[in-house]
Amino acid sequence: MPEKKFLTGNSAVAYAVKLAKVGVIAVYPITPQTPIAEKLANLVSTGEVRAEYLRVESEHSALAACLGSAMAGMRSFTATSSHGLAYMHEMLTYAAGGRFPLVLAIANRSIGPPWSIWGEQQDSIQQRDTGCIQLYVETAQEALDTTIQAFKIAEDPRVLTPVMVCLDGFHLSHAEEGVEIPDAGDVERFLPPFRTSATLDPDNPMTLAVGASGEQYTLWRSEQQTAIREAGSIISDVDEEFGQVFGRKYGGLVDAYRCDDADLIIAIMGSFAGVARDTVDSLRQKGVKAGMLRVRAFRPFPNQVIRQHLANARHLVVIDRDLSYGNEGALCSEIRGALYGQGNVPPIVNFIAGLGGADLLADEIESVAQEAIQMTRPEERKTVFQFLENK
Amino acid sequence: MKIKDIPREEHISNSLSCAGCSELLAVRLALKVLGKRTVAIVPAGCMSTVNCYWPQIPFKTPMFVSPFAATGAILQGVSAGFHYRGVTDVNVLAIAGDGGTADIGMASFSQAIISGRKFIYMCVDNEAYMNTGGQWSSTTPPGALTTTSTLADVAEPSLSNHKDLLAIAIAHRIPYAATASPSYPLDYLEKVRKAAATNGPSFLHVLTPCPPGWGFPSEKTIEIGRLAVESGMWPLCEYQDGQLRITHVPRQTRPVAEYFQSQRRFRKLRPEGIAQLQKIVDARQEALEKMVSPRD
Repeated sequence: MPEKKFLTGNSAVAYAVKLAKVGVIAVYPITPQTPIAEKLANLVSTGEVRAEYLRVESEHSALAACLGSAMAGMRSFTATSSHGLAYMHEMLTYAAGGRFPLVLAIANRSIGPPWSIWGEQQDSIQQRDTGCIQLYVETAQEALDTTIQAFKIAEDPRVLTPVMVCLDGFHLSHAEEGVEIPDAGDVERFLPPFRTSATLDPDNPMTLAVGASGEQYTLWRSEQQTAIREAGSIISDVDEEFGQVFGRKYGGLVDAYRCDDADLIIAIMGSFAGVARDTVDSLRQKGVKAGMLRVRAFRPFPNQVIRQHLANARHLVVIDRDLSYGNEGALCSEIRGALYGQGNVPPIVNFIAGLGGADLLADEIESVAQEAIQMTRPEERKTVFQFLENK
Repeated sequence: MKIKDIPREEHISNSLSCAGCSELLAVRLALKVLGKRTVAIVPAGCMSTVNCYWPQIPFKTPMFVSPFAATGAILQGVSAGFHYRGVTDVNVLAIAGDGGTADIGMASFSQAIISGRKFIYMCVDNEAYMNTGGQWSSTTPPGALTTTSTLADVAEPSLSNHKDLLAIAIAHRIPYAATASPSYPLDYLEKVRKAAATNGPSFLHVLTPCPPGWGFPSEKTIEIGRLAVESGMWPLCEYQDGQLRITHVPRQTRPVAEYFQSQRRFRKLRPEGIAQLQKIVDARQEALEKMVSPRD
C-alpha cells in the first residue's frame, strides 16, 4: 500500500533508492546532498535496504565504484552536489561514454568562490556536455517519482545512459512536504530487474572502454547521440506509464502551465517553478495572458516540444539559476537555439536569479515580466540580474 | 610451485607491448595462475593504452580500461557487486602502473584497501610514466633521469622524493602484500597464488624492467630484474598476518654501481651519487632485516 510521509527531497530520493532495490550505493558526503547518504546508511542499518554501502574517499571514486558494481551486474546509485559534482566530472564522461545505466541524485548547489553552500543549478549545468541525461524536479514527491523513473530510463536498452536527477539544494533537498511513498510491489512491476550490456563476465569476456580510431570513435559518439536523443521520447513514455500506475505524472520533458493561450511565457527549471506559477496567476488577474514552462529535461533538450509551447508567445522570460560566463544563462541559450529559424522569435529577457541560495519572489519575477512586455522587437534580448538595477 | 606446474593456457596474446616487456610477462604469468575466471581493471598505462586500441584486444579474460585515478574505487565496486550477487569464484584484479598507483591513484588505492573487499591490486612498476615516453613518477628511483627530471634531481640522490608502496600498504594493515619480480617467476607466482587466496584486499608490487624506458637491450630484461634484486634495489618480501619476511635472499650480492651502469637512465649519476646510493640501499637493507619476523 502507498504510504504518506512528511519527507525532505533528500529523504524522498532515499526512499526511491530503496524501492528501486539498488544493490550498491557509493557515496561521499557533501552539503546539501549528505542527508541522502545518511538516510541510506540508516536504511541499510535497519535492513530496510539490502545493499552494499561503500564509503569512498571522493565523489570521483563514488561514481567509479558505481561503474564497477554495474559491471558486476548490480543496480547502483550515488548522489552528490556542487564541488563534489565538479570533482566527479571525469567519471560522468566515463559513465556516459561507457554507456553505464546509472542514476545519480544531484542536490543542486552553488560552486565557490565566493563560498556558498546554498542552492543554485550551476553545478549540474556545467556538466551539460558530459553525455548524461539531466532531469530537474520541482517537489519532493517529484524527486521520489523521478528517481524511480530515472532507473527505468537509464536502463532502457535504447538508452543505456546515466541519468542525473537534479533537485534544488535546501529549497527542495531540506524542506519537508507530504510525500506519497509508492507501494513496493507496484514499483517492482513498474521497474524491471537491472540489466546492462557492459559487464565483466568470465563466461562472456569483453574488453570494455577500449581505445578507438577517429572513425570508430566518431561512430561511437554518434550512437551515444542517437541514444540520448531517443531518450527524449522514452522520458515522456516512462512518465506517462508512471502516471498510469501511480496516478502522478509530470508532463514528461516539460511541465506547461497555462501556456496554451499565453502571450508571455516564463521558462524555468526546478523548485522555483512554484513561485513562477503564482506569478502567472497574479499576472492573469491583472489581464496579462501569462504561462509557465517548466523544463524537466535539460539533456536531452526538448527543442521540438519547447518550440510548440512557445509558438504563439510574444514575450519570453527565461529564469536561470546558473550563468554561462561571457554569454548568458544556459537555459536561455538553449531555448534561443530551439527557436532559431522559427520566425517571429519573441524578445527574451534572461533573468539570472536564485544564485547562491537567494530566494526568488513572485514580485521580482513579475517586474521582470513587465520589462519583457515592454520589449516588442523580435529577437531583442536583455539579461537581468536579480538585485541589480538594470539599464 | 614448480615451473612445470605453471598452467600452459594463455589468457593474453597478440600484445603490442615492446620487445622484452616484463610488464606483459608479469601479467601473462599472473593470469596463468589466476585463470580465466579473472576480471581485470586496468587504468591508463602500457597494458591499456599500448595494447587495447580496437581492434587490438589482447586480453581473453574480461577487462575494463579504467580512468586513471579510479582503479581502487572500481575494484571496490566490482568486488561489492560480485559479493552482493554471491559470486565467489571470480578473481577481481587491478593491473595498474606506478603512476596510476603511487601518484594519481593513491587516494582510491588507499581507500580500497581499508574497504576490506576481496581483490588483488597489482602494481606493475616500471618506475616512470613509460607509455607516454618516461616521465617522472614517485617510484622513479633516485638517480634515474626521466623526461621530466632536472639534473638537480640526480645531483644529490636521496629517497626523500620516493614513495615506498609496500610500506604504505602495510600501514593500512592490509592482509597480504608483497614485492615481486617476474625474473623470479616461482617466487612471484607463489605470491600471486597467496594474494588470490586472501580473503580481503591484497597488494602485489611487481618491478617490471622496461627496455626502452630504462635504456637496456630487450634481451636483458630478466637479467636486469635479477640485478635489481641482487643489488638490493628491489628486495623480495612479503607481508602476511602482520609479519614481514624476506622471501628470497640472493646467493650473491652485487654493488648498486653494477645496476646503475647497466641502464642509460642512470647515465648522469656521478661517482659521489653512486656512493651515496650504495649507503642508502645498505641502510634500507639493514632496516628491512631488523623489521622481518624473528622466526625467519
